[in-house]
Amino acid sequence: MARFSGNLGRKMAILAAALAVAGMIPAAALAQRDPVYASARAAGQVGEKVDGYLGYVTPPPPALKAVIDELNIKRKAVYADKAAAAKATVEEYALTSGCLLISQTKPGEKYQGPDGTWQTRGASPPLRDSRCP
Amino acid sequence: MAGTGNRLRQLRLAAMVALGSMMTAGCITVKAPDKPIVIELNINIKQEVVYRLAGDASQTIDSNKDIF
Repeated sequence: MARFSGNLGRKMAILAAALAVAGMIPAAALAQRDPVYASARAAGQVGEKVDGYLGYVTPPPPALKAVIDELNIKRKAVYADKAAAAKATVEEYALTSGCLLISQTKPGEKYQGPDGTWQTRGASPPLRDSRCP
Repeated sequence: MAGTGNRLRQLRLAAMVALGSMMTAGCITVKAPDKPIVIELNINIKQEVVYRLAGDASQTIDSNKDIF
């Protein structure tokens, strides 16, 4: 009896693990960048702006513009939500995020410098606003 | 001797005035635009606010990787 229930317990554990993995897949897919955005970012067509949103380094083709504009709308929604919870303005929260996002750029990616010009991220830390943490 | 010194000084003054007027003649006048100049960076945002929000914003970025 004990052996049976042990076996069953193991089977249940495997089933639970399988279900957990199955449940993880959509979440993992959601957590990834849109391929259009990812390639445009890698190609330096879009960059991180000081204000916390994505900007166009070169005039975007309509398909790219649609993707990036939507991402910026989603970013604004998240900023607004989180800013309200933190008792800050959307702009304050967005600028703070911009500081962090510029720091997180990978070499070769574009970001906006404090003077508003597009910079290419190198191996050294990026040029950031003096208020950035 | 004092006279030549004075004259030199006068000459120098005259040269400076001439140079000054030449420079103003070469100036390009710039009119202020009709529309207000919009500076996108909100300079009213204080550093202390940015520091306060940094930890929270960092978590937000990490948990929304699809849009960042």
